[in-house]
Parts: sequence; structure tokens; C-alpha cells
Amino acid sequence: MNTSELTTISVEELKPVHLPGAIIPAPPEDSDTSIMRIEIGPAHPAMHGIVRLTTYLDGEQIVGMVPEIGYLHRGFEKESENSKWIQVIPYTDRLNYVSPVLNNIGYSMAVEKLFGVEIPRRAQFARVIMGEISRITDHLTCLAACAMEVGGFTFFLWFIKAREYLYELNEQVTGGRVTINWTRFGGNSTDFPDGFLKEVEVRLEKVREVIEEGDQLVTRNKIFIDRMKNIGVLSKEKAISYGFTGPLLRACGVPYDIRRADPHLVYDELDFEIPIGEVGDSYDRFLVRMEEMRQSISIIEQAIDKIPYGPVMTRERYLGYPDKKEVYGSIEGLIDHFKMVMEGHHPPAGEVYQPIEGGNGELGFYLVSDGSGDPVKCRVRPPCFNYVQAMPELALGHYVADIVAIFGSINMIGGELDR
Amino acid sequence: MQLVLEFLALPFVQDVLKILFILLLFAMPLGTFMTLMERKWSAAVQDRIGPNRANIGSYRGRGLLHIAADALKSIFKEDLIPKGADKFLYTIAPFFSFMSAVAVFAIIPIAGPIGDFKFQVTDVQPGLLFIFAITSLGVYGAVLAGASSNSKFALFGGTRASAQMISYEVFLGLSLMGLFMVYGSTQVSAIVEGQGEHWFGLIPKWGVFTQPLGFVVFFTALIAETKRAPFDAPEGESEIVAGYFVEYSGMRWSSFMLAEYIAIVGVAALITTLFFGGYQVPWLYHWESAPQWLVTLLQFGKFASFTFIFCWFQIQIRWTVPKFRFDQTMALGWKKLLPVALLNTVVTAIIIVALA
Repeated sequence: MNTSELTTISVEELKPVHLPGAIIPAPPEDSDTSIMRIEIGPAHPAMHGIVRLTTYLDGEQIVGMVPEIGYLHRGFEKESENSKWIQVIPYTDRLNYVSPVLNNIGYSMAVEKLFGVEIPRRAQFARVIMGEISRITDHLTCLAACAMEVGGFTFFLWFIKAREYLYELNEQVTGGRVTINWTRFGGNSTDFPDGFLKEVEVRLEKVREVIEEGDQLVTRNKIFIDRMKNIGVLSKEKAISYGFTGPLLRACGVPYDIRRADPHLVYDELDFEIPIGEVGDSYDRFLVRMEEMRQSISIIEQAIDKIPYGPVMTRERYLGYPDKKEVYGSIEGLIDHFKMVMEGHHPPAGEVYQPIEGGNGELGFYLVSDGSGDPVKCRVRPPCFNYVQAMPELALGHYVADIVAIFGSINMIGGELDR
Repeated sequence: MQLVLEFLALPFVQDVLKILFILLLFAMPLGTFMTLMERKWSAAVQDRIGPNRANIGSYRGRGLLHIAADALKSIFKEDLIPKGADKFLYTIAPFFSFMSAVAVFAIIPIAGPIGDFKFQVTDVQPGLLFIFAITSLGVYGAVLAGASSNSKFALFGGTRASAQMISYEVFLGLSLMGLFMVYGSTQVSAIVEGQGEHWFGLIPKWGVFTQPLGFVVFFTALIAETKRAPFDAPEGESEIVAGYFVEYSGMRWSSFMLAEYIAIVGVAALITTLFFGGYQVPWLYHWESAPQWLVTLLQFGKFASFTFIFCWFQIQIRWTVPKFRFDQTMALGWKKLLPVALLNTVVTAIIIVALA
């Protein structure tokens, strides 16, 4: 990131901080005024997850900011290198913990790319359905928190209620609300239970009602618009140079969506629109996410209509466990089972990068394999790392109270930011 | 018996009894009830159940016991004074908030007078000017708490509160100018008396009908004055955590909270008194043979129910709208409310002169 361009105020007299994006103000010239430094975070109600924003204030106006991350660092990448390939899947649940299915899908797709296998169509549709449900939960959480920061507490609880309807769907398929550990290499661990797709339609209808209700409560509220409009504006060019993706980039007016740009799963068979914003302020980010939820609901409904019958797991021996009948009935099956338990997967040597459209932007997995049972490298490209980096520029010149409006709308998730 | 009656007839004793009745049996219980009501009503708005866990044995009383539980809890909590705080100022700050919230009730009549006896602690000649003076004192609570806490967040809250409250004091006064002109007095009893009349014997001559604009400005200014949502930038729970009382704990923290809830009741009582006829029951004059005790009871019932309705209304506002940013609060005041209040004053004056 080109730091020199962003550091708009001279920093000679202060100790330079080598953090990308940091803006530190120069000391004021006349001795009567002084700049106040205030530590927002790491323990602060508006810093979801944990992050520290050292903010420099002139009165209530922000003149500088240094974001400091790493408070939730758990060593995901190192931990992955010491695990078997399959053991990484539960870790990915903990990356973006409000859309865990998408993390699962992203990692599994990367490994499948290493193997070079195509998963069954039913599994692909199932991933689309569950992934879009996850995208809705992600957006619901983000918008709820964002509105709560500017005072819409009722909106917050309504959306959290709607999120709970969807978490219960996760529970029906995977057994867990958040830590779901659902996908496998070559398919999904479980198929949908009986009557699940009917249940999805019923629940989506309820969620749609809540979204419309919330829309009526805040979207055209004068106070809400005043708090969100023209706050945290970023131009298209700046957003691209920061590496913005997902709803934030689209709010700046760039119709970039990995579901369209690099169609994975069965997204090219489904019809949906990519909402874009005009100015790239907090209000646009809010509206883009709002519209994306409606699009996701429509995607799920189309996928439910089109989902074929069939297996949800490939029959390749080197990918999944053989059937129990084979394990107990044939020597080959028993050996396969034994080797799978004892040695795990052995993807061919090589490296892959697999991006998917996560709830928050481009979620990429870069994997390196040397043919042994462990990943040599498992790098995650988290979407919100870039957003936090842009935080000082977004907040510069605004008031203290705007920090929460901006920070709420960029949807920082500590789990995937610090990994 | 004779002695007791004579003792009760002493003005001093009567004042004390009135204070006890109005404060301890009306304002404080309603204020503490508001703490539960806010939680329960916000729960209803937000599709939740709300507090219902506090119990004595198997009795839960639909969450009513939480009032007692909260009070007990805050009494037994540690009273922390942060390092580097100004102990004296830090200690007395909550009393300013609490006192100014409670003192509002001194001039509010809760029922019509019987002969010389008034159901009002004191009917001072300056009347509402007393309210302005008292609410201004409430600023000290926030400012002292913010300045003495030795915390930057608290300091922010304190400065925001002082700027906001001093500004809204202006519109508070201006919005009542029209009311003073219509009823020809600043004395509360005279204003309430004036609202007992009817136009064509049908429409009560309430302040809200004679001064609709004044009502809107006054209500807005009062909510801002008590730092309730949507004007709660001084508390700013999302960015400056809890504003000026962020460092407080235990009973001192509770004093701030209780002061806020008593202020809700105070605002509701003031609105009722000034704009909704106070204790005046409309169309009651048709029933001339009504016994005095029933009339007084009806009057108190009307006053109390309207007060309750406005308490509820404030809670409903809080859980419906987002919050203003601090500079937006000030802009709303100086750019919108001030012209409206001035316009209201001028138009009222012109109409009064034209009619006379």
C-alpha cells in the first residue's frame, strides 16, 4: 500500500509508525491548542471483535488515526500447517464467524482445485443454498450492528432475531449454529434432511418480512440518513488501490462480484443482480448490503427449484471415506478406510489460489502442497484486512461519533482479520 | 385530636406533607417504575420478553421484583473513585443531577385547589422561571462528573452535555413565551386555571390547542434537556461508552440513572401541566353536583394518567429513532427550533393584539 500518498500530514516531529494507512497529525503550531489522543479500543463496545484505533482529535474532529490489529491473532495459518488437510476445516469456521459456511466452502474448493475434482451437482447446489444463507446472516449481523451504533437498537434486535431463524437452518443440516464444520473435500458431509427445503422457503419468507420491516424503520429515517450519508466516502480509484472487494467496493460503484467475475459452483446458472452504490459512503454500504440480502433470497429460491437429486459426495477413493458396507465387506474398502483415517488426504504437489465471494468480500485461500499429508502453506486473504487499513482515510475530518458509523458499515470481523 | 388538626393546619407541616406525598408517593415511585417500564416496553418493541428472572421463591411478579433487585444490587456494589479523580467534585456531581430532576415537582399542581389548600408544594410567583433555573442547575451534574472523572470519554460527555443543555435552555424559554402571553402569567396555577375554560363549551382551552408550535418546540427542548434519545450524544453509548458518568459505579451511578428516569416523569408532568390542562378534567363543569372528593380524585387521576402516557411516549421515542450526532443536535436547535420558537412568539403576539 502506498503509504506516502496517504500520510497527508508531516510526521517528522513524531515518531514514525510503520503501520499501513496510519495518519498521524503534526503538532499544532500555536501553543494554545493541542491535539488530544484517545484510545478507542481494544476494549470498547463499538470495536466488534478487538481492534485498537488510536485517534487524534482536534476538538471532536478526527485529525489522525492509527489502526492497530492483532488482538485476536490465534495463529490460524501456522496451526493449519501442523494439521492434516481435513483438520483445517473446523478452524475455518472460526475465521468469519458470522458466515461460517462460506469459509468452509472456500477452503474446500481450494483443496478440490488442488485435487482437480468436480463435486456432484447436488453438492454444488447445496453449497450455494447454504452459502447464500450464510451471506444473509453476515449482512444481517453487519447491518444490525451498524444501525445499533447510530442508535437503532430496535433494528439491531430485529435483525438478530432474523439471523436466528437462519442459524437454526444451519443447525438442521450441520448440527451446529456457528461452528458447523460442514463441507468435505469432494462434497458435503451431510445432505439436507427431509423437508428442509420447504422449511428454508418458510424461514426466508419470515426473514424477508423482517428485512422489509427494518427497511421501513430506518432506511428513510431522517436522523439515520443524516448520520450515514457522506460519512466515510471513498472514491472508486482509492477503493481499488486499497484492495477493497465485496459490498464495500460495490458501494463505491464498481460492479465487481466474484460470483460473476469468476463463476464458481453453479452461480452462472442462477439469475441475480449486483447492486452498486453511487458515492461509496456509509449509507451506500448499508443499501448495498440491504439489496444483496434480497438478491440472496432470490438466489436460494432459484437454487431450490433447480436442485437435482443425487449424491452429495464424490465417489473418489482418495477423497472421502468409503461406504460402511464396503468397509466391512471388502478388503479394499477396509484398507481405504484405514488409510484415510491414519494418513488423510494427499493432494498432488502444487499451489492454488481459490477466491470466493465471502459475506464481506473476496475470501481467498492460497494453498501449497508438497504431496504429503499436511499443508505446506495455508494463507487466507481476509476481506476486512484491507478495510481496516483504509479506516484512517475514511474517518479523517469526521467527528468522533462518525467512527462508529463508519466502523459499523465496514463490518470488521476480528476472527478473519487477525486469524 | 384538636391538637393534631391544629398541627396539620400549620403551613410548614402542610408543605412537608405535600413534599412527602408528591415526591415519595408520586414522583419517585413512578420514576423507579419507569426503569422497569423502559426495559419491558423496549422488550415488547424489540420482540423480546424482557426482565422476568428476579424472584422470591416462585413469585416473579412479571419482572416487578427487578426494581428492588436493581436497587439492592447498586447499594451493595463497590463505590469506585478512579485514580486521579477530584474526589469532592466526583462525589457531589450525582446530587446535582438528582436534585434538579426532583425539584421540578415543587411547582406542579397534581389536583385542583380546595378552598385555600393547594395540591402543590409551592406556587411561587415567578412560576416557570423556577423550572428554567432548576433545569440549568442540572448541567452541573454532567459537567462536574465529566470534568472530575479523569477520563477522556467522560470529559467528552461533560462538554457535550454542557453545550447541549445550555443551548436548549434558550429554546425551552422561548417556546413558552407564547404560552405566557395566552394565559397572561408565568405562574403555574394561573396557567392551569386558564386551561380549564372551553371554547364554545366543547373544546378545552388546553395549551396544545392554543400553542401547537410551542408544544412541539417545548417537548423537543425538554427531551434534549434531559439528554434522552434521540438527543443522548452526551451519553453517546456507542462512541464514548457512557459519556460523563462512564467512571461511576454503585449507587452514584444509580443516582444518575434514577435522575434520568425521574426527569422522564418530570418532563411528562410538565407537558401535562402546561399543554394538556394539568389537573383540569374537560367537561367536568357540566356536573355541578359532583362531590368535592370525587372531583379531586378525578383531577388527580387525569393528571396521573396523562403523565403516564407521556412517560410511555418518551420511551417509545427512544426505542424507535436513531440518535443525532452532537453537531446535528446543535444545528437542529439553533437552525430549526430557534426560528420556529421566535415565529411562534411573534405570531401569538400578533393574534393576541388583533383579538384584543
